[in-house]
Amino acid sequence: MSFVEYSEFIQEGDVAIIFLGHDSMMPVKVQQGAQTQTRYGVVRHSKDLIGQRFGTKVTCSKGGWVYVLHPTPELWTLILPHRTQILYTTDIANITMMLELKPGSVVCESGTGSGSLSHAILRTIAPTGHLHTVEFHQQRAEKAAEEFREHRVDHLVTVRNQDVCKEGFGVTGVADAVFLDIPSPWEAIRHAKNGMKRQGGRVCSFSPCIEQVQKTCEALADEGFEEISTLEVLLRVHDVRSITLPLPDFGSDRPLETPTDTPVPSNASVLCKTTTPPRDMAGHTGYLTFATKPSV
Amino acid sequence: MADNGDNDSQHRVNEGDYVVLKRGDIYKSVQIQKKKKTVFEKQWFFLDNAVGEFYGTTFEVVTGGTLQPRKPKHVESSADAKEAGTDNRNILDDGKSQKLTRDDIETLKEQGLKGQEIVQQLIENSTTFRDKTEFAQEKYIKKKKKKYENSVTVLKPSCRVLAMMYHSREPGKICHMRYDTLAQMLTLGNIHAGSKVLVFETCAGLVLGAVMERMGGYGSVVQMYPGGGSVRAGVESFGFPSHFHDTLHEFPICHVNALLAGALDTEAKDIDADAGQANGDKSNLTQTDPGKAESKEGSPDKEDQSMETSTSTDPAEDKEREEREKLREIRGQEKKVKMEAKRKKLAAAAAVLEGRNADGLVIASRFHPCPVLLGLIKFLAPSRPFVVYSQYKEPLIECYTKLREQGGAVSLRLTESWIRHYQVLPNRTHPMLLMSGSGGYLLSGTTVATDTPKTGSTRGEEPAAKRLKLTETTEG
Repeated sequence: MSFVEYSEFIQEGDVAIIFLGHDSMMPVKVQQGAQTQTRYGVVRHSKDLIGQRFGTKVTCSKGGWVYVLHPTPELWTLILPHRTQILYTTDIANITMMLELKPGSVVCESGTGSGSLSHAILRTIAPTGHLHTVEFHQQRAEKAAEEFREHRVDHLVTVRNQDVCKEGFGVTGVADAVFLDIPSPWEAIRHAKNGMKRQGGRVCSFSPCIEQVQKTCEALADEGFEEISTLEVLLRVHDVRSITLPLPDFGSDRPLETPTDTPVPSNASVLCKTTTPPRDMAGHTGYLTFATKPSV
Repeated sequence: MADNGDNDSQHRVNEGDYVVLKRGDIYKSVQIQKKKKTVFEKQWFFLDNAVGEFYGTTFEVVTGGTLQPRKPKHVESSADAKEAGTDNRNILDDGKSQKLTRDDIETLKEQGLKGQEIVQQLIENSTTFRDKTEFAQEKYIKKKKKKYENSVTVLKPSCRVLAMMYHSREPGKICHMRYDTLAQMLTLGNIHAGSKVLVFETCAGLVLGAVMERMGGYGSVVQMYPGGGSVRAGVESFGFPSHFHDTLHEFPICHVNALLAGALDTEAKDIDADAGQANGDKSNLTQTDPGKAESKEGSPDKEDQSMETSTSTDPAEDKEREEREKLREIRGQEKKVKMEAKRKKLAAAAAVLEGRNADGLVIASRFHPCPVLLGLIKFLAPSRPFVVYSQYKEPLIECYTKLREQGGAVSLRLTESWIRHYQVLPNRTHPMLLMSGSGGYLLSGTTVATDTPKTGSTRGEEPAAKRLKLTETTEG
């Protein structure tokens, strides 16, 4: 198992994902002799996990069952421990495509945060690319590095504990793409430019506030970036439902045979297959600003 | 294939490359061929001068149709005390404020004036320009520049650029899939190097190309195709290195049931490897075999002729007949070789599929997605993602329902992506006035091991819904 390569069978040391039901999953570190409590009972790693195929149904001690899934960056995003606000798959998908990431890409990222985007980037740039990620918070930087090791992707990433606005990414002239998710991205644009390849590349800045976006766009224009474009993406979820709609009773069009006080009402109803939106939806995560650095 | 060296040639335009021309928001995919006239946005020009320049370079089209690299933009000095008004209360829109006529402008163009200079002329000949506010002046200049500028940017093809191009130029060809929806598909499908991905699409090859780009030449892609032949025009536009095509297989869906039942004999010499001749959509046939067609047409005639002349004893005619027969033999041999090659390809694709251990499934077509999904999901290993795109929601509701009934998939989600662009300018920041209405719908999920048939009471994924007043019930 690794986050950048599928494998068929669960092995000791793997990170596996226990699927309990809709929107309910948890990561487990697979270890000989270990046990994991779930609301359906106990999952015994040696018996139920090691040597089993990913995707298998596991019957727990109380008789209930769960599925064990192979980790992916998308599943990880939903279950990872939050140290900061994270990016979700909808934004991540667009960032990946708009930055033109692919196997072999070299990417600079700051801040690392909880590593949600980092895992997605690593998956896309493997096996020949590299991610240089910068996090100014020491514990978060260490935790991220630890997770990359556990997830067997550490050979593809370098974590640096420094302030990108002051010291840059720690590399220059190597990046195909730069991503910024920091409070003052306009202060890092010069460093972004320096981190990128001489032949050009793509940059993205993610900011929740429009004022940040304005300052960043100005900085991008001043540094000679082109194709500056700001957008936002939202995901609408459609929940599939069967609904029953009662039909109105307009009564009979013939006079009643036996006069009674009230005619017997009919209970006719119609079954419809449709979708409904959830009551609340994510309305705003942040604005994504993209630009291209032309070749020098 | 190490892609992170600073190898310049990768970043420079070469002859024969597929590139994307860009002006503003207009994109067009073309191939660089020297001395060949290209048309783009009602302009004709030669791409010769692009060869050797870096990708991303912007050129001016000068008279004669040649490209000239554009000098770096001089930032408009806003220190100029430009005369401007405060609001538009006294500006009359009578259509008479521009003194230059259409003919005047044509004359200027013929004189070889650059776009920048024409715009300057328009400003000088506008009676209302100096009364406009600064913002209105900037907007006016921007609008005129867009109309009269002559620049073309040469971009390296990428999923991003091609998806935007297809969506704005030919959305019908890609089932009206918007680029952000495609982005979701690639990520939700966990498309990455080294995996084995099945693709069923009728999006001119855009989706297939996007998948291949994310695989980087590692792993394998099997294109499942309907009808006469696989359509791959879009894939060419990506300009992949030739070794990428070694990882691309194709398999006609008319043999899917046989393969699943174990009844597909790829060793049989007469297997119809070029599937679906009966319902062959000839216009889609990118794999037309000219040799085959010719020999089909050729041989009956030749046979007739040789039969006619077989009784003749004229040595010249004999010689001709011999030569014709030789040709027929050669053509027959070629046909055999081609058929054998096709059979081998089919066998190779079947071998890749047989293990039923594919890592991902991407469906995006004009076909009803439900039977496509239910048929192809059987090739997926457990704990692997699948993504189905449809221009419409209802067919995906059906997919969702059927999948829940038959089991084997979790985390089913029907989603729709929204995108909104912004204009960001000091004191003029707002969303764009026009928004894309819809980019299509996605059904995504993850496979799980299918065990013994479920009993009547399935726990399903959701807890039993509370009875709401409108008697909504979840699908169990």
